[in-house]
Amino acid sequence: MKTKSNIERILESGQLVVTSECGPPRGADAEVIRKKGKLLQGAVDAVNVTDNQTSVVRMSSFSACLILKEMGFDPILQMVCRDRNRIAIQSDILGAAALGINNILCLTGDHQKFGDHPRAKNVFDMDSIQLIQTVKTMRDDGKFLEGEELKGRPMLFIGAAENPFADPFEIRAARLGKKAKAGVEFLQTQCIYNIPRFEKWMEMVRDRGLHEKVAILAGVTPFKSVGMARYMKNSVPGMDVPDEMIERLKGVPKEKQSEEGIKICVETIQRLKELPGIRGIHIMAIEWEEKVREIAEMAGLLPRPQIM
Amino acid sequence: MIVANRKSLEEILTMLKPYKKILLLGCNECVTVSATGGEREVGVLASELKISRAKDGEEIEIREHTLERQCDHEYIDQIHPFIGDYEVILSMACGAGIQYVAETYRDKTVLPAVNTTFLGVTLEQGVWSERCQGCGECVLHMTGGICPIARCAKSLLNGPCGGSSNGKCEVDKDLECAWQLIIDRLKALNQLDKYEEIIPIKDWRTSRDGGPRKRVREDLKLL
Repeated sequence: MKTKSNIERILESGQLVVTSECGPPRGADAEVIRKKGKLLQGAVDAVNVTDNQTSVVRMSSFSACLILKEMGFDPILQMVCRDRNRIAIQSDILGAAALGINNILCLTGDHQKFGDHPRAKNVFDMDSIQLIQTVKTMRDDGKFLEGEELKGRPMLFIGAAENPFADPFEIRAARLGKKAKAGVEFLQTQCIYNIPRFEKWMEMVRDRGLHEKVAILAGVTPFKSVGMARYMKNSVPGMDVPDEMIERLKGVPKEKQSEEGIKICVETIQRLKELPGIRGIHIMAIEWEEKVREIAEMAGLLPRPQIM
Repeated sequence: MIVANRKSLEEILTMLKPYKKILLLGCNECVTVSATGGEREVGVLASELKISRAKDGEEIEIREHTLERQCDHEYIDQIHPFIGDYEVILSMACGAGIQYVAETYRDKTVLPAVNTTFLGVTLEQGVWSERCQGCGECVLHMTGGICPIARCAKSLLNGPCGGSSNGKCEVDKDLECAWQLIIDRLKALNQLDKYEEIIPIKDWRTSRDGGPRKRVREDLKLL
């Protein structure tokens, strides 16, 4: 094992990994994180902490990671390239590792246009693939980007995301190949609703042998209502929600829709975990953390291996 | 060419409030091609200003003059004989031209009548589009002749991001995804193998990040 990451440990043991995510609050109240954390305790192996997702200002991912760490979690520090240049990025990597963060998720980041500060200047000094390279260089070569040696290597398990539903589809596996070449070790996908398209992507991934180089965690998000499903389909960039899913939700009474959403999610997990090359499930219950345990239970993912 | 947009009449009138004698200075280069600050636009703006002032019962004297370029001394010097007759210069050139006129006539207030926006091309009559950010280290040989620095909203060197949908960018559904264009072009050129290579992190020193840039060609200097 390279790191103290719980994800790495469970992957090495050959078991499926289960992760979830926690969005930090728009304020300085640590209790919000602790409350969300409690809902996830014992249900997952590691928790992503988002980094100002959809470009809306929130408590920093790093701080929220530390709060979860105090609760016994193995947090995954999400880091986007939108807000930091290479000086800040490397500094934050060192700081996170120094305080016991074991995982990093390297992301490009949503454009600031979507957020609450659309007039901001963006950075994008590097992209997500170069961020993977940066972490790997610091960890494995013990060097900064300009080649100088650093003392005390940041022992982070390196993750990234990929959206199999974004275009152009034909290069989506090739792009994962670039991430693998850059040194990524685990990958969480965008929410999967269109399973046939995801299977096609996995086939392309397996053809390139990438599933053996990178542990792929399939992403799922339960629908709370048909309204949410429609919103995801029409308004969230890079989201692929098939019409039959919307029809299925529409077919049940309003008060039963969330239950149906959970059912769809569980069925999706059950199909995904049987797919060759899938090493884990990433459950993103957006502002619905209380359902993660139930979903994991129903999908046969509990109990989770004990953290040593 | 450099593409600019004219400022609104309201903004220009506000800037001009304290002045009565105005030299309105157009430029015959890029801003003429992008129909923003050439002789024709100088005429239009002068009329608009005169009408507005007349409506408010305020006097204004405008001299319209369009230089071959506002980015060369040779031409800027041509206004020297009559510049003393005016309180202010309202320039319709790009930001470079406006500044160079101001540098030349240090005791004159020089005001911008346009917002300089980008280096681009004419897509069709009346439509211009950005192509270059002048980053100082061209990567077009790696990207099928399409610039990800200028044309990707995130300037990604290893795109596309997860927001590319049906060839469009997540930022605007009318905006083409630069990386979709790059991939289509690489495919057409039978060079898709280039996509597999990771483009390394960029050296931004040659761009604005390295500070204002200057180019010297010793062989061309007169002394």
